Amino acid sequence: MATSTNGTANTYIDRVREPRWLNSEDAEVGSYAVKSGLAQMLKGGVIMDVVNDEQAKIAEDAGAVAVMALERVPADIRADGGVARMSDPNMIEAILKATTIPVMAKSRIGHFVEAQVLQALGVDFCDESEVLTPADHEFHSDKWAFKMPFVCGCTNLGEALRRIGEGASMIRTKGEAGTGDVVEAVTHARTVLGEIRRLQQLPEMELMTAAKNLGAPYDLVLWVHKNGRLPVVNFAAGGIATPADAALMMQIGVDGVFVGSGIFKSGNPAQRADAIVQATTHFDNPDIVANVSRDLGEAMVGISSSELPESEQLAKRGW
Amino acid sequence: MPLNIGVLALQGDFQEHRAVLEKLGAHVTEVRLPHQLEGLDGLVIPGGESTSIVKLANRYDFPDALRRFVDEGGAVWGTCAGMIVMASKLVEPELEPFSLMDITVSRNSFGRQVDSFETDIPMDGIEGGPVHAVFIRAPSVQEQGEGVECIAKLDDGTPVAVRSGKLMATAFHPELTPDTRVHELFLRLTAGELSPA
Repeated sequence: MATSTNGTANTYIDRVREPRWLNSEDAEVGSYAVKSGLAQMLKGGVIMDVVNDEQAKIAEDAGAVAVMALERVPADIRADGGVARMSDPNMIEAILKATTIPVMAKSRIGHFVEAQVLQALGVDFCDESEVLTPADHEFHSDKWAFKMPFVCGCTNLGEALRRIGEGASMIRTKGEAGTGDVVEAVTHARTVLGEIRRLQQLPEMELMTAAKNLGAPYDLVLWVHKNGRLPVVNFAAGGIATPADAALMMQIGVDGVFVGSGIFKSGNPAQRADAIVQATTHFDNPDIVANVSRDLGEAMVGISSSELPESEQLAKRGW
Repeated sequence: MPLNIGVLALQGDFQEHRAVLEKLGAHVTEVRLPHQLEGLDGLVIPGGESTSIVKLANRYDFPDALRRFVDEGGAVWGTCAGMIVMASKLVEPELEPFSLMDITVSRNSFGRQVDSFETDIPMDGIEGGPVHAVFIRAPSVQEQGEGVECIAKLDDGTPVAVRSGKLMATAFHPELTPDTRVHELFLRLTAGELSPA
């Protein structure tokens, strides 16, 4: 059994073959059960991008289940260009102090030292994110080596299972961040959920070839075939800007939503944040979604994701 | 007749509770609005983010409806965030709980996520060995009012599960393990099969 640098968690095979709860060393800190368990607690909720402690308070007051601390929201990263990196520790610490809800922060893909810094700061969840400029063209960080849980983006099932194989405790769609256009999040969620349904139908003898074609670990393919879902929580992200967008993603079948630029790039952030939180809880109640959608003011301006040149499509980042 | 159990489905891991309760033969409904409490024998308030649950609940006048539900003899069990919202008082002042049970609770009592842990603890009313308890940014009970009984504590004496009449609260998450004994205990409590604490 492989042991990671902090003496906790192991490989995905141990955890997937043996139910995680069988691993019950006394008072085990930072185990896979508590990492994926925090993601379970976020379900049915909204995670909001914030750039300072004031926005973090607005998000918490609106009922966000967590905040994502970052220096620039994706819409500004797009506008500014250049290399996007982990945020300043001072800024992250100010947000850790300002809120009682979990605080997430982003590391670049493959930049495990940025992730080590975030863990050292006491960040509750790391987003290894395609929104920042990738630091490695081939490899993602080894997420088993951390007691801080990770969330990673995906566009399809193979990508989701590779990230879980690397130790991610939570998955989200990539969508197309900073556009305010929900179409890519819809596409990615439908792709993942459709591929799960397809795996469920396959006879067991075809699963190895399915694993080869997906580029996914066989054990996880087997698990998904048997259970009909991802082994971790699955959120939508990338382009969600309105209460109806959030309810749409929930009805399609995700466990919760991230809203990045959509809130603090809009006319009335506090009201829009509150409305998106309510629409996520009451996603199957159109009367409530209608009520909270009234008089929200300007939504973020938005860019149609189909008009983005390939070099500006963030969803293409990650391997 | 199966027991009618609601799970408060504003936010959190309510589906995990639902799955266990259904496996044990209860009739389970998801509760998102106060009128859905009608006809229920018991209610589970799941783990989640206590600030989100409280804010969503206040929006639709849940606190009064929940206090009425308890007054009329309904059973309530809160896990983690559920324990926080059931409390009469919180050590941290920024959130006002629903005051269903006479306990003072400290939120995030064990630190941030990197300090979350699992451990085995014995629990009163549960036979067959200790319960495997998962603590995630967990609260703990700081003070108990009269008639509130501590039914599980950590090695250092910190109370992490309490009971009072038909009310129960645990700082940990039995719904995240395959052990169904704590859910069975709550169903017995709801059915009135346990002597008053």
